[in-house]
Amino acid sequence: MSAITLTVNGRRHTVDAPPDTPLLWVLRDHLDLTGTKFGCGMALCGACTVQLDGSPVRSCSTPISAATGKSITTIEGLESDVGKRLQAAWIAEEVPQCGYCQSGQLMSAAALLAKNPSPSDADIDAAMSGNICRCGTYQRIRRAIHRAAGTEVSDER
Amino acid sequence: MSADSKVSRRDFLKTGATVGAGLTVAFYLPSRFMEKFGATRGGLPGAAPGSAPFAPNGWVHIGSDGLVTITVDKSEMGQGVNTSLPMIVAEELEVDLASVRVGPTPENPSAWSRRMGTGGSSSVRGSYETLRKAGAAAREMLVAAAAQQWGVDASSCRAEKGAVIHTPTKRKLGYGELAARAAKLPVPEDPQLKDPKDFNLLGKPIPRLDTPEKVNGKARFGIDVRLPGMLYASIERSAVFGGKVKKVDDARAKAVPGVKKIVTVGWSADEEKAARAQQGVAVVADHYWQAMKGRRALSIEWDEGTNASLSSEEITTRLAQLSEKPGVEARKEGDAAAAMNSAAKKIEAIYEVPYLAHATMEPMNCTAHVTADGCDVWAPTQGQSSAQRVAADVAGLPVEKVRVHTTYLGGGFGRRSETDFVAEAVRLSKEVGAPVQVIWTREDDVRHDFYRPTTYNKFGAAFDASGNPIAWTHRIVGPSISVSKGRTPKDGIDGSLVEGAANVPYGIPNILVEQTIADLPIPLGYWRSVGSSHNAFVTESFFDEVAHAAGKDPYELRRALLRDQPRHLGVLDLAAEKAGWGRKPAEGRVRGIAVAEAFGSYVAEVAEISIEKGGKPRVHRVVCAVDCGPIVNPDTIEAQMQGGIVYGLSAALYGDITIDRGRVSQGNFNDYPVVRMNEMPAVEVYIVKSSEKQGGIGEPGVPPIAPALCNAIFTATGKPVRKLPLIQRGKSRIAMGE
Repeated sequence: MSAITLTVNGRRHTVDAPPDTPLLWVLRDHLDLTGTKFGCGMALCGACTVQLDGSPVRSCSTPISAATGKSITTIEGLESDVGKRLQAAWIAEEVPQCGYCQSGQLMSAAALLAKNPSPSDADIDAAMSGNICRCGTYQRIRRAIHRAAGTEVSDER
Repeated sequence: MSADSKVSRRDFLKTGATVGAGLTVAFYLPSRFMEKFGATRGGLPGAAPGSAPFAPNGWVHIGSDGLVTITVDKSEMGQGVNTSLPMIVAEELEVDLASVRVGPTPENPSAWSRRMGTGGSSSVRGSYETLRKAGAAAREMLVAAAAQQWGVDASSCRAEKGAVIHTPTKRKLGYGELAARAAKLPVPEDPQLKDPKDFNLLGKPIPRLDTPEKVNGKARFGIDVRLPGMLYASIERSAVFGGKVKKVDDARAKAVPGVKKIVTVGWSADEEKAARAQQGVAVVADHYWQAMKGRRALSIEWDEGTNASLSSEEITTRLAQLSEKPGVEARKEGDAAAAMNSAAKKIEAIYEVPYLAHATMEPMNCTAHVTADGCDVWAPTQGQSSAQRVAADVAGLPVEKVRVHTTYLGGGFGRRSETDFVAEAVRLSKEVGAPVQVIWTREDDVRHDFYRPTTYNKFGAAFDASGNPIAWTHRIVGPSISVSKGRTPKDGIDGSLVEGAANVPYGIPNILVEQTIADLPIPLGYWRSVGSSHNAFVTESFFDEVAHAAGKDPYELRRALLRDQPRHLGVLDLAAEKAGWGRKPAEGRVRGIAVAEAFGSYVAEVAEISIEKGGKPRVHRVVCAVDCGPIVNPDTIEAQMQGGIVYGLSAALYGDITIDRGRVSQGNFNDYPVVRMNEMPAVEVYIVKSSEKQGGIGEPGVPPIAPALCNAIFTATGKPVRKLPLIQRGKSRIAMGE
């Protein structure tokens, strides 16, 4: 085993895991940050989304070797202004059903709003279509993102 | 109150064992809703009201701190029960919802007087009256306790926001202060329920209690269970259904750092029958990724058994052959054969649906810890009773020694009423002598599901000289979930296979619905809305062919033939009105309509679509009208309709499990795609105000969407869609000209 240093939610951690270990499993099994979820293992569903230096990545397909020296943010550390507004909007719009995919949805949405404070529906489609929700909460996610951004909500499609 | 939900008085409302200080009111919830969805064997027979000593299976507890805890046997899997059930109690008890909690699901289902589980869209409708009465009984006891303490007449006191107030003097005592005294009073046999016009909570959009912890990563699902010394496991299962492990070379797997043990997981005949788990080889390791690496390093030789050559083509051929012969009659009105023979006009069609996987977001997983004198199971399960029974069998322990700890479920949709993942965790914990968490990969989940059955449907319709439909024939051929679960269907009819078809609601004088069960080795299970998931598609789509042949508008013909079905008609009219049926849609768009009853609720949906280049349908808008009887939380109803529509739309567009050489061809969201954000239509939900019999809400949103979509396509192209999914391996059937 080899020790690797990771900065997660502003804290440095040294973990004993091979460099090819996906970040997801180090977060969940070594650091007990279980808010980040396993969904597909192939970067197809977005349940494992975290931010690396502010950009959304699928932690199931990101080896820890690619995350060293970067600032990793998980749902447990989503404390930015944008993040808090999104969480409040998620509650106001009653988004979650089973809730399993919502950490990943929020991390993708937070990365979107950090870059684009006033997203259009097309922007939301582009940023959020990598995140699957089997409960079908998409319409409410869209509304919640608009609410957090202060942009106009329209259900027209 | 309807006859079905009436609770026998002597089996209702006794003070149960007191849990700590405070007042506990116990009650009995009947089991009829769960019978279909319970264990494959074992489990507990539902104690019929009146037939046995009072055996409570639910409690309302008011603590000395005023906190209210309700204990029921329901799993929260997104459908909102951890809010809707407390709302029902809080309404009658007169407390703020904030002071009510759902306690942990009881750990010993064998002490429970009905089979414990969640399914059949039954949680609210199966407990509504009972929970109301329990809340009302506790309220009356608390009022009586206050009156006793003050030495006043109870009629001069009222309950309000967790306290009793003596109206003339405005004296006030909180429920927490009254609970101990109330516990000494008799339980009222027939407490006075509130008039629905006085409801503060029921019928209002109330924020869900579980939302805050589902937006900050704190909600604990099965996969999040962490125990000291816990090991992780990944299992390579036989790709071919029913295959056996012949030989394992695990030298390379054992060499992977962190790998603790390799276990060949076989099952006795009894275990196999109960849990329906596949054989495989498990790698147990300190961390999950090590287990995965070890699994990839395994070299396994399989005895693939008798299913190794089975293909989807062969299955379809078999179903088609069976459809040539008459089946068992599931519904017979008049003489359809005679009407067909004498008809002025006839049409016929074949409709096919594929196998489907559930693909819950949280892959299957379970954590177990077996010790010499007990077994703990932490599971995201819809079926606690069957999980406990299977765990006991596999652990070799008496059933009451197994404690089942229910976590949040990352989706259920029927998949989590199975017990294969529980059996695996228990077996591995027993083998290694430590707590073990088994985590399935997505590929494991898609390839080792209990699938929604494929069906092959032969339809006929006949018309008189004026074009009125006079006969409807439907022969359903498919494998049976009941048979797959080892049961023998009563009178040869599997109710799940014909639900939504045998009860076709149209006033056609001659109806014949037949069913033929095909013997196929693909494991089957309940999939959100079960038989109605396929039967609504085939019947409601063929209905549009009937309307087309009759030269009638499909909505108008439905109206005419539903004149004796007021609840169908009510939702149909509401959806049509809100969708603007009869008015021209925007340029390039067409509409389709469908209606279905499922799980006691009535839902109509109108899909407004266009067809993109390449033949891909684009759903812009779905208008949904639902009549589920008395409403608990309208926001949850809306959410369940939205979710059901997305679930059904994913299946209609993409859902396709195919079999090649005895194994499933699909494995992940690349080849088993689902609807994503960019395909999400605008969904509008309208709820009919209704005091009719209460229906379920988790499943009924699913059935109408596939036929509404396909009927719109029929309108756009002039060609009926007779086979799902619409898009197969990336190619649209519409483009292929099918």
